[in-house]
Amino acid sequence: MMPDLGKYADAVLGAYAASIVLLIGIVVLSVWQSRRAKAALEEMEKRRNG
Amino acid sequence: MSLWEYANPVKFMALSGRILPWTAWLSGISLVIGLVWGFFYTPDDFRQGSTVKIIYLHVPSALMAINVWMMMLVTSLVWIIRRHHVSALAAKAAAPIGVAMTLIALVTGAIWGQPMWGTWWAWDPRLTSFLILFLFYLGYIALWAAIEDNDTAADLTSILCLVGSVFAILSRYAVNFWNQGLHQGASLSLDTEKNVADVFYQPLLFCIAGFVLLFVALVLLRTRTEIRARRTSALFARERMG
Repeated sequence: MMPDLGKYADAVLGAYAASIVLLIGIVVLSVWQSRRAKAALEEMEKRRNG
Repeated sequence: MSLWEYANPVKFMALSGRILPWTAWLSGISLVIGLVWGFFYTPDDFRQGSTVKIIYLHVPSALMAINVWMMMLVTSLVWIIRRHHVSALAAKAAAPIGVAMTLIALVTGAIWGQPMWGTWWAWDPRLTSFLILFLFYLGYIALWAAIEDNDTAADLTSILCLVGSVFAILSRYAVNFWNQGLHQGASLSLDTEKNVADVFYQPLLFCIAGFVLLFVALVLLRTRTEIRARRTSALFARERMG
């Protein structure tokens, strides 16, 4: 159940939304870069061995 | 067994591969518990009203913004003194996480400051040193990107990291150095005085643990990415020469 945030609802919800977007952003970016680097290395090693 | 063994990329990859899932899961669990507890099940503060709930994001992110730079300082010193590549890559990997943490601290601070102080921003010692720390993070990332030779980039960014440490320390102690400005003293300190009531303090501890574990998980993941990218570049260079 949503708590009553009173007259500061916009400020509190805005702070949570901005923070969650930034946290998810850095996690998604890190995972995407990790997958890309892993795929690139695997491709290079396959080419080298094959 | 020595700590320096993990400067070997193969050993680092093996150990970090085992630790990473645990830290990621523990971080998620701690963050969910802390944020749900803090947002839904804590009362309003008698003075700040519901804006007190911003503490669960602002304090852990500000704490991490400073400590990520301190971690980068230690790993940069290890690079300068012992020339271990993994430590230089760990510093490089940590910088974008520091940017995100600093930005969260600045944004949540501004959002909280508007209703409480009547302004989004003030050129207060702590706020200003935090903004400079944010610019140092951006400069550090830009310097890594601007230099092609990895060892030269690691050398120069390590020096930049040493210089930026002044602002990381200032961000933490600015309130004590200059007894002026809008920002209050530290919410958490090792002295005996308690600045945060128990009802807010307990979920805050979960949030701090969540942010610390999230940083550990991300820095391990990003360092692994950097090691793989370095290996790919080395193989590519060898292929071109052969």
